[in-house]
Amino acid sequence: MKRLLILGVLLVVVGCSDAGRPDQRAVYLLLDTSGTYTEELDKARGLMAYLLGALDSGDSMAVALIDGGSFTEKNIVAKVTFDDRPSVANGQKRAFKETMDQVLGNIDRGAAHTDITGGVIQGHDYLTETGAGQRYLFVFSDLEEDLKKGQIRDFPLDMSGVEVVALNVTKLRQDNIDPRDYAKRLSHWQSRVESGGGQWRVVNDMERLGDLIQWR
Amino acid sequence: MFNQLLLLWSDSPALSLAIWLVLAVVVLYLGRSHAHQLFRTSGRAVHGAMRLWGRAIRQLEDRLVARNRDVLLAMGRRSAEAAIERDFKRVHTIMERDLSRYPNLHRKIADAIEKIEADYQEASDAPPLPPAWSEVVETVSALPGSSDPAVHKVLDNIREVIEDAHKETLKLYQKSSRERHRILATMQPQWRSLDQNLGKVKHTIDGLEERSQTIDEQMQEYAAIRAGEDKALNALTASSLTQFLIAGLVLFVALLGGLINFHLIAMPMSEMVGGTSYIGSMRTSDIAALVIILIEVAMGVFLLESLRVTHLFPIIGSMDDRMRRRMMVASLTILTLLAGIEASLAYMRDLLALDREALNQTLAGAAVVEAQFRWIPSIGQMLLGFILPFALAFVAIPLESFIHSLRTVLGVVVVGLLRVLRLVVRLIGGLANHVSKMLVHLYDMMIVVPLAVEHWVSQRRPRQDKHEESDWAQEPLVEPDQTMEVKS
Repeated sequence: MKRLLILGVLLVVVGCSDAGRPDQRAVYLLLDTSGTYTEELDKARGLMAYLLGALDSGDSMAVALIDGGSFTEKNIVAKVTFDDRPSVANGQKRAFKETMDQVLGNIDRGAAHTDITGGVIQGHDYLTETGAGQRYLFVFSDLEEDLKKGQIRDFPLDMSGVEVVALNVTKLRQDNIDPRDYAKRLSHWQSRVESGGGQWRVVNDMERLGDLIQWR
Repeated sequence: MFNQLLLLWSDSPALSLAIWLVLAVVVLYLGRSHAHQLFRTSGRAVHGAMRLWGRAIRQLEDRLVARNRDVLLAMGRRSAEAAIERDFKRVHTIMERDLSRYPNLHRKIADAIEKIEADYQEASDAPPLPPAWSEVVETVSALPGSSDPAVHKVLDNIREVIEDAHKETLKLYQKSSRERHRILATMQPQWRSLDQNLGKVKHTIDGLEERSQTIDEQMQEYAAIRAGEDKALNALTASSLTQFLIAGLVLFVALLGGLINFHLIAMPMSEMVGGTSYIGSMRTSDIAALVIILIEVAMGVFLLESLRVTHLFPIIGSMDDRMRRRMMVASLTILTLLAGIEASLAYMRDLLALDREALNQTLAGAAVVEAQFRWIPSIGQMLLGFILPFALAFVAIPLESFIHSLRTVLGVVVVGLLRVLRLVVRLIGGLANHVSKMLVHLYDMMIVVPLAVEHWVSQRRPRQDKHEESDWAQEPLVEPDQTMEVKS
């Protein structure tokens, strides 16, 4: 009887002990490297500084580049899951920043095509794999997709449980001719994300990133 | 369904309703006595049940009041006994410390008095009085001068001798006086010593007198408690409530201290047990920090118990001195170790904060700047981490007071609640009785027409009966029981 009681208590404690909590966060950042948008990449450094400061032990983060074929792991240039111990997590953040500085420094020419959908699908896969409770997909792009010939991307997306945030969506030349194009582009992506079960937000002011992700 | 029933007697709703009304009134009139009985018995039943409840609550209340009284008196008795015992110990200490040396002091005083007496005797010995030399010299000087040089010379010689003898005697007298003054001067420290010694005795006696007055007062209180006087009981209740409030306030302050302590060690604790694992909805690191604080409080309780400052665990208080001392050393050691751990955790917290600050500066692209005098908050945090566990250890004292006074306060509160409950129960009983009477009258109001007819008939019948009695002397038509019922 006594042994059973001890076993029961142990089971309760072990059962209650939960290594992966639903409030862990995972962030996937897509950086558009196509055409003239490479000029905007400097702003991405501020965004990464904000994310690295906001994320904590147990959270995950990955950065991927958008080019002509983004649906591949090769496009993920850096990824990390921060250690349980805060001091180690701080070291990981420093290393991550150095890696990203190198990656962004090496981008000197824009990609010929822009496969945003492929990057979004890849990001969703990554976020699902982390098993985090809060999943964020940041798309740092003008949202103008320019696919290679033969690429099929016009199918419904599965974005369940993911909050997609479009950042720094710049206006293109043709948007200046007809501003409705810009609104159409945004609403097109919004409908794709929301019909896929995700949430959609647009943040264009990079100085106001305060509530971009939920703080713990 | 309702409409069908409404139009059962006629197509005109008004007529049908009127028929229904008449039927209802007739049915109600026929069932009047039963309905009255139902209302009255129900009202009486609820009233009776509520009275029973009220009585039961009253008995419970009385028992609780008696229990509260016993608890309060027992506590007061224990407290008074402890206070009297403490005062007797103080008196014993005074007696032992001061009056045990009284023979010695007495001897000193006696010696001083003896010495003063001897000195006095010595000083009172009269020095040789100077003889009436001056008169002799004056007499010799006044002798008429003789022409005889031999006589003149003799007289001069006599005068010189007399004057020398006078001077010598005066010198002796002065010397003797000086000696007496010297002896009197040596008496001064003896007097002072005597005064000091008597002052000491007075101080001790005064202290004893004060203490005896305090003991007298306490004995009076104790006697009042033993006699179970209401005055003593009220004083004990008030004292208990005050103690409860003060202990509660101190516990609240201790709780705030514990909260600060928690925040001091919760973050660095994640370095030890990880910052991502959870037990239930709480972080494991937070639970670990909480456990450390609670263990510190427990060690503090054990330490004060083994020092016999508090008496929460009788088993510790009844241990033999050797075992108790061991327990004291063990709890103090664990407490010190935990305080050391907390100090190191507080330092680690500071390091983590520094690292975080440096990281933020790096992320912002700024050069890492080392703040000056950064060691001051580091040392402050470490000291806080070391001191707080010891401060929390003293929580056992207000905790004991709180628990002891809680018994009384809870008793008073429960008695109050029972009184309110009794009042509510009695009100419900009275209300039920009243409602039953109201229902009886309401019922009669609904059948007021047939009742009026009945009343008219019953008034008319006795007159008719009298008339018929006088004519034919017949028996009354209404049965006596029915008359009674109508009257009722």
